[in-house]
Amino acid sequence: MIMFLLKGLIRDKSRSLFPVLMVSTGVFLTVFLYGFMQGIFDDFVKVNAQFDTGHVKIMTHAYKELFDQMPNDLAILEAEEMLTQLQDTEKGMIWTPRIQFGGLLDIPDKNGETKSQGPVMGIGMDLLSSDSKEKEILNLEDGIVQGRMPQKKNEILISEEFAKKLGVKVGDAATLISSTMHSSMAMYNFRVSGIVRFGMTALDKSTIIADIRDVRVALDMRDAASEILGYSRDMIYDDDGMIKLAERFNKKFFIEDDEFSPIMLSLGEQRGLGEYINLGKSFSGIIISIFVIAMSIVLWNSGLLNGIRRYGEIGVRLAIGEAKGTLYRRMIYESIIIGIIGSSAGTMAGLLICYYLQHTGIDFGNMMQKSNVLIANVMRTRVTTTSYVIGFIPGVIASVIGTMFSGIGIYRRKTSQLFKELEV
Amino acid sequence: MGLIKIENMVKRYPMGKTEFTALKDINLSFERGEFCGLIGPSGSGKTTLLNIIGSLDVPSEGSATVLDRNIENLSHIEAARLRSKHMGFIFQTYNLLPVYTVFENVEFPLLIMKVPEDERKKKVMDALQWVGLMDKIKSRPAQLSGGESQRVAVARAIVKRPELVLADEPTANLDAKNSHNVLKMMVKLNKELKTTFIFATHDEKVIGYLRRKIHLIDGKVAKDEIVN
Repeated sequence: MIMFLLKGLIRDKSRSLFPVLMVSTGVFLTVFLYGFMQGIFDDFVKVNAQFDTGHVKIMTHAYKELFDQMPNDLAILEAEEMLTQLQDTEKGMIWTPRIQFGGLLDIPDKNGETKSQGPVMGIGMDLLSSDSKEKEILNLEDGIVQGRMPQKKNEILISEEFAKKLGVKVGDAATLISSTMHSSMAMYNFRVSGIVRFGMTALDKSTIIADIRDVRVALDMRDAASEILGYSRDMIYDDDGMIKLAERFNKKFFIEDDEFSPIMLSLGEQRGLGEYINLGKSFSGIIISIFVIAMSIVLWNSGLLNGIRRYGEIGVRLAIGEAKGTLYRRMIYESIIIGIIGSSAGTMAGLLICYYLQHTGIDFGNMMQKSNVLIANVMRTRVTTTSYVIGFIPGVIASVIGTMFSGIGIYRRKTSQLFKELEV
Repeated sequence: MGLIKIENMVKRYPMGKTEFTALKDINLSFERGEFCGLIGPSGSGKTTLLNIIGSLDVPSEGSATVLDRNIENLSHIEAARLRSKHMGFIFQTYNLLPVYTVFENVEFPLLIMKVPEDERKKKVMDALQWVGLMDKIKSRPAQLSGGESQRVAVARAIVKRPELVLADEPTANLDAKNSHNVLKMMVKLNKELKTTFIFATHDEKVIGYLRRKIHLIDGKVAKDEIVN
């Protein structure tokens, strides 16, 4: 019987081709949107983790309250001791100190007079230690468009847009004008060793990266760090694991009344990223629900039209002894076949475009000129294991629901009217 | 007991706030192998009676026993099973499934009955041989003439060797020549297979072939005559 139904489906294009096209289009969009949103959410979380939040971040309690102002007077003191302790107790993590700072970057001409100047956002990190993982975490070497990584004292990287704006070239001097952690004025000379493209408008606009030792000297932050970031060794963010780690740390070190006591926050607890993570998790459910509803309505209508077209066939089948329930079930089997075929085709098409865009990405840089959000300009899709199956949920469910609704008419047919109906 | 026994049967339909009586006090019995017709003008109740015999409808009063089953007591599924196993239907407008071949159309009732493939194939070929359509087994309904289509419908009705074939105006869409061909074939099948044929008709061509004529007027049996 299944083969018989299949033959009918294949031969009757309006019964198979349109529903298959409809299902595959919906499934294609589901797979593509899922991959696209997955890529955006993953990238967003990854970029924030790389440059700002880590998978976990330790700050002082007071710094946490004012972190938007980068209050280095509230930085962690005796950072190296804490770092050593963390490396001993939490071996599954990579721990790295950072100093975030702001100020002005002054570019002198050959006479030492100001040639150009601009507000700067700086990150001090361990660039010179042989065992430092910062270069890998930030993928800095791949981002260098001119020059090289800092290899000695006082060398910095400057972002490409910022370098253009200030007219800076590799090898030029740059003076940081800022304030020390004790609130006195700080002026420190650096030399540009490389120009880097982050691929994020927020960072490309006005960022310098320096070795943390130089920044400590410049800002008088001996053995201090604004924050200590922790990353899982596989660089995959595990929300539950990081929350547990933070709870463990805070239980041991955090004192509510002490504003200088260290506090650890997971990525999800910073900058509202937890909501993004939850949104990312629920997004597949949202996409599936939208497409199940939309496709069900279209397939319901298509089923109704087919019901009219197949009125005679259904009547004959009832008359010659096919029970209404059996007929209804067989129509649902047909819809499952349609759903599977359409979902397979749609998934294949969706995966193809997702793989392509995972490789090439789409550059939204021009649309994010004024963006201050840490998000990559080139947005990429991401293919995950779920991408292979997610389309089958709306594809098959919508196909079945559409048929279930449109097939209700079978139960309304009165067998006593069949001879009359089939006369026409 | 005969094949069909109808006693004091009445059929009413609701019509607005009142009821319309389509059949009144029907008492009839049919034996196996009959070739008979329900004859009468439009509205005389012949299709209603055919519906009840075919378990497509139930009497309002009285009883109708078909193949030892009381039609009024059958559930929807039992009625469908009765039709599937023991009855064949022939409609005025053939109602073949357009996307299937002649072979597949005839095969369909056997698929519903879950007949094994080998047996199914043999029965379909036999049925197509009886109706003389062996050369058309791969054709689609759209490629057949009216006469050929009705012969396929007959093959579909008899392929499961039912005890009873019910036909509603089977020649209404056929020209005289095709009508006679189809009717001759039905007479032959009736004789060879001992299948009971009951027609609802007012077509003189059909009436000419009947061996029993039941005249219905205004829902009542006006005359029940046996033709020798």
